[in-house]
Parts: sequence; structure tokens; C-alpha cells
Amino acid sequence: MTGLLAHDALMVSLMLVLVGAIIGTLGIRGQRPDWVQIAFGTVYANFVLVTVATLAMVYALVTHDFSVSYVAQVGSRETPMFYTVISLWGALEGSILFWAWVLGLYSTAVVWINRKRPGNLVPWASVTLLVVALFFAILLVGPANPFHAVFPVPADGPGPNPLLQNHILMAIHPPLLYLGYVGMAVPFAFAVGAIFSGEVVSDDWIKITRPYLLVSWGFLSAAIIAGMWWSYEVLGWGGYWAWDPVENASFLPWLTATAFLHSAIVQERRGMLRLWNLNLMVGTFVLTILGTFLTRSGILSSVHAFTTGPIGYYFLAFIAIVLVSALIMVAGNSDRLRTTGHFDSPSSRETVFLLNNLFLTAFMFTVLVGTLYPLVAEAIRGVKVSVGQPFFNKMTLPLIVSLLFLMGVGPALPWGSASKADVKNKLVPPLGAAVLMAVIALVAGARNVYSVLAFAFVGYAAFANIREYWIGIRARHTAHGENWAIALVRLVRGNHRRYGGYVAHLGVLLVALGIAASETFRTEREATLAPGQTLTVSGHTARLKEVWGRQEAQRAVIGATMEVIENGKVVATADPRMNFYPTQSAPVPTPQVISSISGDLYFNLMAFDQNGSHATVKLIVQPLVPWIWFGGGVVVLGAIIGVFPKRKRRTVAATARQAVPAVVLPVPREGEA
Amino acid sequence: MNWKRAAIASLAAVPVIALFAWGFTKDPNNIPSPLPGRQAPDFSLPVFASGEAPMALPVGDTVHLAKLRGEVVVLNFWASWCLSCRDEHRTLSQFAKRYADKPVHFLGVLYNDRTPPAVDWIREMGGQEYPSVNDRDAHTAINYGLYGVPETYFIDGNGRVAFKQTGPVNDEVLTRVVDSLIAALPAGAKGAGVADSAAAGLTPSPKQAPKGAP
Repeated sequence: MTGLLAHDALMVSLMLVLVGAIIGTLGIRGQRPDWVQIAFGTVYANFVLVTVATLAMVYALVTHDFSVSYVAQVGSRETPMFYTVISLWGALEGSILFWAWVLGLYSTAVVWINRKRPGNLVPWASVTLLVVALFFAILLVGPANPFHAVFPVPADGPGPNPLLQNHILMAIHPPLLYLGYVGMAVPFAFAVGAIFSGEVVSDDWIKITRPYLLVSWGFLSAAIIAGMWWSYEVLGWGGYWAWDPVENASFLPWLTATAFLHSAIVQERRGMLRLWNLNLMVGTFVLTILGTFLTRSGILSSVHAFTTGPIGYYFLAFIAIVLVSALIMVAGNSDRLRTTGHFDSPSSRETVFLLNNLFLTAFMFTVLVGTLYPLVAEAIRGVKVSVGQPFFNKMTLPLIVSLLFLMGVGPALPWGSASKADVKNKLVPPLGAAVLMAVIALVAGARNVYSVLAFAFVGYAAFANIREYWIGIRARHTAHGENWAIALVRLVRGNHRRYGGYVAHLGVLLVALGIAASETFRTEREATLAPGQTLTVSGHTARLKEVWGRQEAQRAVIGATMEVIENGKVVATADPRMNFYPTQSAPVPTPQVISSISGDLYFNLMAFDQNGSHATVKLIVQPLVPWIWFGGGVVVLGAIIGVFPKRKRRTVAATARQAVPAVVLPVPREGEA
Repeated sequence: MNWKRAAIASLAAVPVIALFAWGFTKDPNNIPSPLPGRQAPDFSLPVFASGEAPMALPVGDTVHLAKLRGEVVVLNFWASWCLSCRDEHRTLSQFAKRYADKPVHFLGVLYNDRTPPAVDWIREMGGQEYPSVNDRDAHTAINYGLYGVPETYFIDGNGRVAFKQTGPVNDEVLTRVVDSLIAALPAGAKGAGVADSAAAGLTPSPKQAPKGAP
């Protein structure tokens, strides 16, 4: 019953978005504003229908309605309620449904907020969003229909993939990822709208688009960090990034979106990089669809490929349509996108932005090539290969280190051109911090050149970034006599975008520091212990207290209690476990991490004896890993600060930075983003 | 709009799309299993569902795989909580019925399940022609390197795994593999009417799966 209702809602939604896209197009072409309004209406109505279908699925999951195919596939009476609800995105069909819902949410918000804007930019953007929605609607009534009737109705189901019901982060990571991924459709829609409406020759559409991109970028950044954290906490190998196709798929659009966040500023201020920005915008969307295609079609082998299905051909058709039409649109209009500005000096901020874009794009292509290479190799040479970490590390480390360097140099340089004295004054002091960090790394035992450089550049960039704040705050303090805290708040309020960007930079630096430290100084040991015996890894001692077992509703659990000992006293305990799910042939390892500001003790139970007489435990000591997660939070904070619309009332502008005109924030219309 | 440039640019998409289209013809997870060609791991497991005559075995009896040597054995791992097992159940059961008088044994192996729901499941699905045994501690599943259910192993007259089907089986695979394995049995072992097997022309080596089997 629920299934039937939901399926009908999806059928109506399919027809609605189709009609909406056609009416919208005809309305714009025939200059019929009332038709355009109808198209806007279909965007809202579609959202309502997809919401009904999504709620119906949640209802079916919660009530264990195994007559619905998706519930029979991922549901189980023994799964706790929480994991039952989030299994909405645990497998292919459900995640497509959730995806369509997120797209509906974004489309509705974008159209509603911008509905009164004159010109054809928004109508064309809404038609584009309807066409994207059409694709997902086709999937949902066709090959990815989660509401098939199952007969006879099973009494119970297998439950979601144990890896997915093993950790709370599974509730957080996928929605964040979808919000980030799907959100990239909005800037793409604006790019298409800009081309069709002719507004592409002005730079206004960039200003409208940027906050939406920033929202999606913030979600995507959070999703990537949450995904790293999840794989660290759940998969039991003590790492957080493996250059797996699924991870790469989330990272590729992040790279181009990050490039755009920087190059868009150059276009706004200098009228340069118009064609380039259009390419980045369209490319980011293509990469999200490509990423979805690669991970959901089963074309590449991945450790994370929880959900694959027969929908690959639909995705192939969609990606072909998107790719070809994007290339036609961008190449066909390239003549109109001539640059009006020009570079004044090599030692200027726009030069750094240009280099930043160059490195980020090179980074993207490197990862893309590494990800697709297995497919190419099999097509050309007929061999099965896998491209592993060594390739990615070797190719990307120079780029990462260069980008860290630019993060220190960029904010310090002015627009236009800088005098020699200026450059010296800005770039020399942070060198002290760089040398200090490099020495610390060397003393601690780092010998790899990239890792020493990473430490040095993180130090350099952190110093340069904090110094920018310091200069601004001090100027306010002396000019207005504001106390330091108020000066900081007012400084950020005066230019959300710039200081939000600096906050995001600090976050990225924290992430980089955590990664550099944990990769460089990681130590691990594995030992088979009897209760009472200890294991010591780089100064940290842990003792096996006992091996225990317990039967839970949906699984059996075997655990080893480890006591961390300092100066003869027990300071913490960890319970690494193995969870045995009835529907899985292999146990799911559940490592446990003891975190402190200086780093993690990562315990993993490798093997145990049935009678509890001994257990094999691996202990990994990883410095500064929590800084990665904290840094991710700071990046998101930066995005939140940056996306806030500028306040209408201007504070008296008298900062030392006044030589640089305050950047106009993207369309400060009320309620935006 | 510069159509010439647009047309040239759109050509860039062709190799990418072609590569993906080609990629669909390959299964990235199809890494050859080491088991086919090797001796099938032996087991002795208790019957919990008898099946129908003439294949029926009394509940509680023990099935020794080694004692079935000389005839073809089809082992189907299943569970009552497995959705795909429903899809293949009828096909397998009907096929077993048709081949009841041939030198082939069908055996269901219950994986990670309890017998009461499994017995209920069989009743609900309208019965099962062949008997099922219970792999209670999953040792047999581990020995066979079971990846998930359903999985079906085809064992030849010499006790070797000739072919392994991951996921539900279909009539076409069953017919081709079972016919070719029966045809490869030494003449004495073949039942009446099997000598003129439809598998003429197929001479499978015990070392590899029959040609054309997916």
C-alpha cells in the first residue's frame, strides 16, 4: 500500500518535471512570464511529491514492510531503529531516492529565493534543474525503483550492510556527501542559465553563484572529512585515505570547486578567467555525475562499493548527454568570453590564484587518470591492474606541498602589483615559523623531503594567515580603541568572504599538519597476549585485561579489554571488538581509538582464542590524527562565515587594509543562502 | 554560437564515453576463484529438510560428500533471510525434479540460519525437491570460501569443483554445466538415457569451467 502510493507519487513527479522543463523552455522562448511561473511551480510540486515518496520509504522501513523491495533488501527486524531509518541511504535504490529529495530541496530553495530576479538567468537555471531531476525521476520509476512489490512477503530481511550499521558516522557522512554533491547542480544550472540568457558576458552571475557553490563546498568538505573519519574508525587498518575510487570520486569535484572559489574572485575583481571559470563550474558538475557513475555503476572495483546495480547504462547515457552538451555550450560560446583585464605583475595575488588553479587542476587530472587507469589498461592491454597508493602519493605530494606554500604566499600579496619592499616585508617574517617547523620535524625523526617541506610550509602559511588577522585587529584596536575580541568580530564582519577564506585556510593547514604528522611518525606493533601481558609501542604500554563475548540482538560481539598504563597506573581502557553478523561470512572488525590532543592510540583486535586464553591485538600510535577532524570543522566554519550575506549597515571602514577596496559580497538579497 | 568549435569540442567526449561503454562489458569483481579445478572440501552435515521423493533423505541423517564421489553434485548455499535465494529457488527445485533420474545429486546447504525459519521458508516457497543440510558452525562455508548467499558449486565425478556460480543460478547455466559434467562421467556411472546427453561436443576438463559459462 505504502509502496503503491509512493510509486504513484514518483510517476507523477516524473511527468511533472518533464512538463515543467518543456513549459519553462517554451515560456522563456515565447516571453511568457506566466509559463515561467508554472515551471517554477513544478519545481515546488516535485519537491512535495519526492518528499512524500521519501517519507513513505522511511515509514516502510520503520514498520518493517517487507512487501517493499528495498525494505526486503536492507531491512531486518533485529536492526536497531536508528540504523533502520538511516538504511534509507544504505543501498542503491534508497540513496537515489534520497538524492532526488536533496535535489528537490536545493531546487526549491534556489528558485524561491531568486524567483523575482529579472532576466532569464533564473528561469533557465530552473529548467536545467528540472532536467537533472528528470533523470533521477526516470531512474526511480525504472531501474532503481525501490518500491517493487515482493511476493510472497518475506518474514524478515538481512538487514543493512554490517559495515554501515557499525558506526554512528554512517548517519552523518552520506547525507553530507549528497548535500555537497547534489548542491553542485545549482552552480551548474546557473552556468547553463548564464549561457542561454546571455548573462555570461557579464560577471554578475558569478556573484550569484558563488554562495551556492560555497554551501555545497562546505558540505562536501565536511563529507570528505567525515568519510575519512568513518573509514578510520570502522575499517580497522588505521588509515583514513586509500585513494580508493569512491574516495577519489568525492575528492575530484572538491578540487575543481576549490579552484573556482579562488578564480571567481579574480573574475569579479579583474574581469579575467571568464572562460576558465565557466569550465570549472561545468566541470565540477560533470565530475559529480562521473563520480556517481563510477561508484554506483559497478564499473570499477572498490572496497566501498556497497551499492551497485543495473542502472549503469542510464548513468552512461546521462553522462554522455551532460558531457556533450557541456562541451558544446562552453566551446560554442568561448568567443564571447574574452578577458577584459590583464595581469600587472608576477608578484601579485592574482598570480598566486592562477598558480593555485593550475595546481588544483593538475591535482584533479592526476587523481582522475589514476582512478580511470585500470579501465584504460584493461581496454588497451587486456590486463587487470590496480593503481595503488604509491602512484597517487608520488604524483600528488609535490602538488600538495606547492599548494601549502601558495596558501602562505597568496594572502600576503596585494592585488595588482606589489613593491619590492612590500613583498619583502610580507614574505620574510613567516620564514621563521617555517624554519622552526622544519627543525621540529627533523628532530622528531622525519627524513622524507616532502614531509619536512609540508611541516615547513604549514608553519609558513599558518604564520602568514594569523598575521593577516593580527594586522587587521591591531589596526582596529589602535584606530577605534576597540578591545581585541570586538576588533576580531568586527574585522570578520566587515569582510566575511575574505576572513571566512582565511579561517578555511587555517582549517586546511590543521588537516595538513595532522596528515603529515600521522603519516610521518606512525608506529605500530601486533602481539598475541595472554591476560596480564603487555604490549609497548613507542613509549605507550597497554595490557590485556580480558577477552570477552556477548550476544546482542542483531550480532555476536567478541572483545578484548586493553588497559593503557602510564607510570604503573591504568589511565584509560579500550575495547577493540569483532562483530559477527549472521548475514556475513566474515566478522566486522571494530577498532577502538583513544584520542588525545597529541594523537591517537588505535587498538584493533586481530584474532582471539575461543576460550579467552589469549588475543592478538594491534596497537598503532598515530600523532595528531584528531587535528584532522578538528581542522575539518574549522574548514566548515570558514565556509559558514564566508557564506553569510554582508550586513546592510556598514561599520566605519578604517582598517589598515583599506588600500584594498572591500570586496562586494555576492548579492546580499535577504534570506539568501 | 560557434558551431564548428562546439562540434570539435564535443568529439572529445567520444573516447571517454566509448571507454565507459566498453567497461560495462567487464566485471571488475570477476577475479577468478582458485577453487574450480581443485578437490571440493569434504563435509559431513546433518539433513534438516528431507526433500521430496525420489531425492528425499531422512531428517537427521548425515550426508558425507566423499560418499557421493562418482556422480555429479550440485551444492547450493542458501538462507531464509536471503532475498536472491527466493529468486532462484523455483528454478533449482524444478531443475532437480527434471534430473531426478540422472547421476546428479542436489543438496541445499543452510548458511548462518536457524532451522525453524528455514523449514518455514521451504514450506512458504512451496516445498523443495532436494534435501537440505545444516552447516551450523559455518565450517563448510569457510572451507568453500563462501562470499555470500546464494552461491552454487558444481562438483564433478572426480570430486573436483568444476564451476562456481556466485548469485542466483538460472536454467541455462544449470543445463549447460550439469549436462557437460554428466557427459564427462565414466560410462559405467551414467544412468540410462544419459549416454546421448545433449552436451555432445562439450568435453570439459576437470581443471576449468565449461566454455561459455559466465
